[in-house]
Amino acid sequence: MVQSAIKQKNNDPAVRIDAEGLLTRELNLKLREVVSNGAQKIEIRNVYGQRYIGTDLDKPVEIEIFGTPGNDLGAFMDGPRIIIRGNAQDGCGNTMNSGEIVIHGHAGDITGLSARGGKIFVRDGVGYRVGIHMKEYGDQKPVLVVGHTAQDFLGEYMAGGILILLGLNLKEGEKHRASYIGTGMHGGVIYLRGDVDDFQLGKEVGIAELDGGDYVNLELFVGEFADHFGYDAKGILKHKFIKLFPLYLRPYGRLYAY
Amino acid sequence: MKDITRINNPYGEDKAIESCSIFGMMDTTGKRFSGEGIIKAIANMHVRGNGLGGGFAAYGLYPEYADFYAFHIMYMSPEGKTDTECFLKQKFEVVNAEELPTRPTITIVNPPLVRRYFLKVKKQECREQSEDDFVVNRVMDINTSIRDTFVFSSGKNMGVFKGVGYPEEIGGYFCLENYEGYLWTAHGRFPTNTPGWWGGAHPFNILDWTVVHNGEISSYGINRRYLEQFGYKCTLQTDTEVITYAVDLLVRKHSLPIEIMAKVFAPPFWDDIERRSQEDRELITVLRQVYGSLLMNGPFTIIIAHQGEMIGLTDRIRLRPLTAGVKGSMLYLSSEEASIRLICHDLDETWIPMGGEPIIGSLGKPLKSKETTLAGKVA
Repeated sequence: MVQSAIKQKNNDPAVRIDAEGLLTRELNLKLREVVSNGAQKIEIRNVYGQRYIGTDLDKPVEIEIFGTPGNDLGAFMDGPRIIIRGNAQDGCGNTMNSGEIVIHGHAGDITGLSARGGKIFVRDGVGYRVGIHMKEYGDQKPVLVVGHTAQDFLGEYMAGGILILLGLNLKEGEKHRASYIGTGMHGGVIYLRGDVDDFQLGKEVGIAELDGGDYVNLELFVGEFADHFGYDAKGILKHKFIKLFPLYLRPYGRLYAY
Repeated sequence: MKDITRINNPYGEDKAIESCSIFGMMDTTGKRFSGEGIIKAIANMHVRGNGLGGGFAAYGLYPEYADFYAFHIMYMSPEGKTDTECFLKQKFEVVNAEELPTRPTITIVNPPLVRRYFLKVKKQECREQSEDDFVVNRVMDINTSIRDTFVFSSGKNMGVFKGVGYPEEIGGYFCLENYEGYLWTAHGRFPTNTPGWWGGAHPFNILDWTVVHNGEISSYGINRRYLEQFGYKCTLQTDTEVITYAVDLLVRKHSLPIEIMAKVFAPPFWDDIERRSQEDRELITVLRQVYGSLLMNGPFTIIIAHQGEMIGLTDRIRLRPLTAGVKGSMLYLSSEEASIRLICHDLDETWIPMGGEPIIGSLGKPLKSKETTLAGKVA
C-alpha cells in the first residue's frame, strides 16, 4: 500500500505522496525514505491528522501539505521547509531545531512550544499557550509570526526567541483578547501590533518602546510574512507596535534558593 | 458500592497519561443520518485512546417508541437479568424488551449481555413525583442495589452504546450503521485514574442527557458529595459521571439556561469577574456562591447532548482541545479538526473556541459562529 501511494513523474522534481489511509508511522517512514533518496520537493495530499510530519528529517527538503496535518507537525525538525495549505492542529513546531513552517490557515494550541530555532509563519490566528518555553542559545533563535490574534497564555514561560503578533484581523481600536500574555517569561521578546490592557499581561513582563534593533527584526520577519501570504509589509509596519520583555531573567531564582 | 473488580480491565490500573478523543455532529434541521460517518471520524483519532473504552450516543433514535423511556441495561450475570426484569415489571409497564443486536467482533472480549427495554411509568408507582424524577430514582436503585447490573441509557428517543474496546470496534459491535439519529456524539477512551470497564466507558447518561469527556475532574469528590444531597449516586467509578448528574440538576431540575450552566462549571476567575459590568459581576458572584460545589476543576473538554441540543465546552483555561466546524445546518465538534474534514471535505468554517465559552447547536435554530470566539476564521 505504501509503495503504490508514491508517484514520481519524469521531469517533475516533486515526489507526490497520497496519504489517504496511511498511518502516522507509515507516512513518516515513507518521508524518511524519500528524503534519504535525495528528494528536494515533496507534495503530500489527502492528509487527515497524521502526526509528526517532518520529524527526524535533517535535510533542506520542501514539503507541501494539502489537508489537515495532525499534532506535533515538524516536531524536532532540523532543516526542512513545510508549507501547509490548510490549518495546523496542536503542537506544531514542537522543539523544532531549524527549518521553516508556513501555515496558510490557523494553528492550534502550543504552536512553537520549546522551539530552539527555525521559523513559523501562521497566516491567521493561534490557540492557547503559543510559544510556550521557546528558547535561544547563541545564533539559534526561533521566530514565530502570527497574522491574526492569539488566545490566552501567549509566550508563557518564554525563555528566548522572537514572537510577533500582528493582529491583522482586529478592527481599528480593537484590542487583542488574550490574557496572561508572557506569564513566567524570562527571555526573548514579544512584539505586539495593536493594543492590550495591562491586566492582559503576565506579572513578569514589561512594556517598552521599540528601538532601532527592534525595527530591523520587524522589517526582516514581517517582510518574510508578507511575502508568504501576499501582504504589504510596509502597510503592516506603519502601525504602532509595542515590545514586551522579561523583567527578570530568573523569576523563580529566589523561590527555590535554600 | 458494588464490586466491579471481576469485570475490570486486564491491563492493570496504573495511571497513564494520554488523551481521549471526542466527537459530536448534529443536523440542526433534525434530519436523521446513520452512525457510519461518526464511526469513521472517531476512528481517525484512534491513537488518542487505548482500547479501554469507546461509545456513542444518538438522538432521534427510536421515533416509533418516542413516548417511552428507552433503557439500555448491561448484565454481567443471568441473575442480574432475572432480578432486574422482576423489578422493572413492578415499577413500569414494559412495552418492549429485546437484546441489542450485536455483531461478533474478535477484539470485543467478554461482553456483558446488553438488553433494551421500552418502558412506561406506572402512574400509581409514580405518585406526586414527576416521571423524570421517578426514572432517575429507579436508575439509582438498580445501579446501587441489583447485582451485576447497570443501566447506562435511560432517555426517550435516544440511546447510548458503549463498552471496552476502541470506539470503531464498539460501533461495529452494536451495528450502529443500522441506526439513524439527527445528533450523534462519540468517545474514544484512555482511562487515566479509574478502571477501563464497560460501565466506565463514555458517554455517561441520565434520562436523555449524555456527556463525553476528555480530561480529568479533580473536584470529583466535592461534586459527588454535593450531588448525593440531591439523590444522585455515583456508581460507575469515573469522574465524568458527576458532570452528567450536575447537568441534570442544573438544567432540568433548577431550570438554568445552558449559558449559566457553563458559568457554573467553568466560572471566570475572580480578577476577571472584578472587571465585568455590575450586573454580570452580581450574577457570576451569586453563581459561585450557590453552586461553588459544582465548579469542575481540572482539565476538561466535554460535549453535552440532550434532545434537540448539543453543547461543546472546555475548562476556562482550555487545557484540552476543541475545534468546531460548520457546514450548512451541520455542526461538528471534535478534539481534532482532521476528523471533521475527513467526513466533511468542504466545511464553511472551522474555529477554536475560547476556554469556558460554550458552543451550542439547537434544533431548528440556524447556526452562527461567534466572532468573539474565533481564534482564526477560515473562509
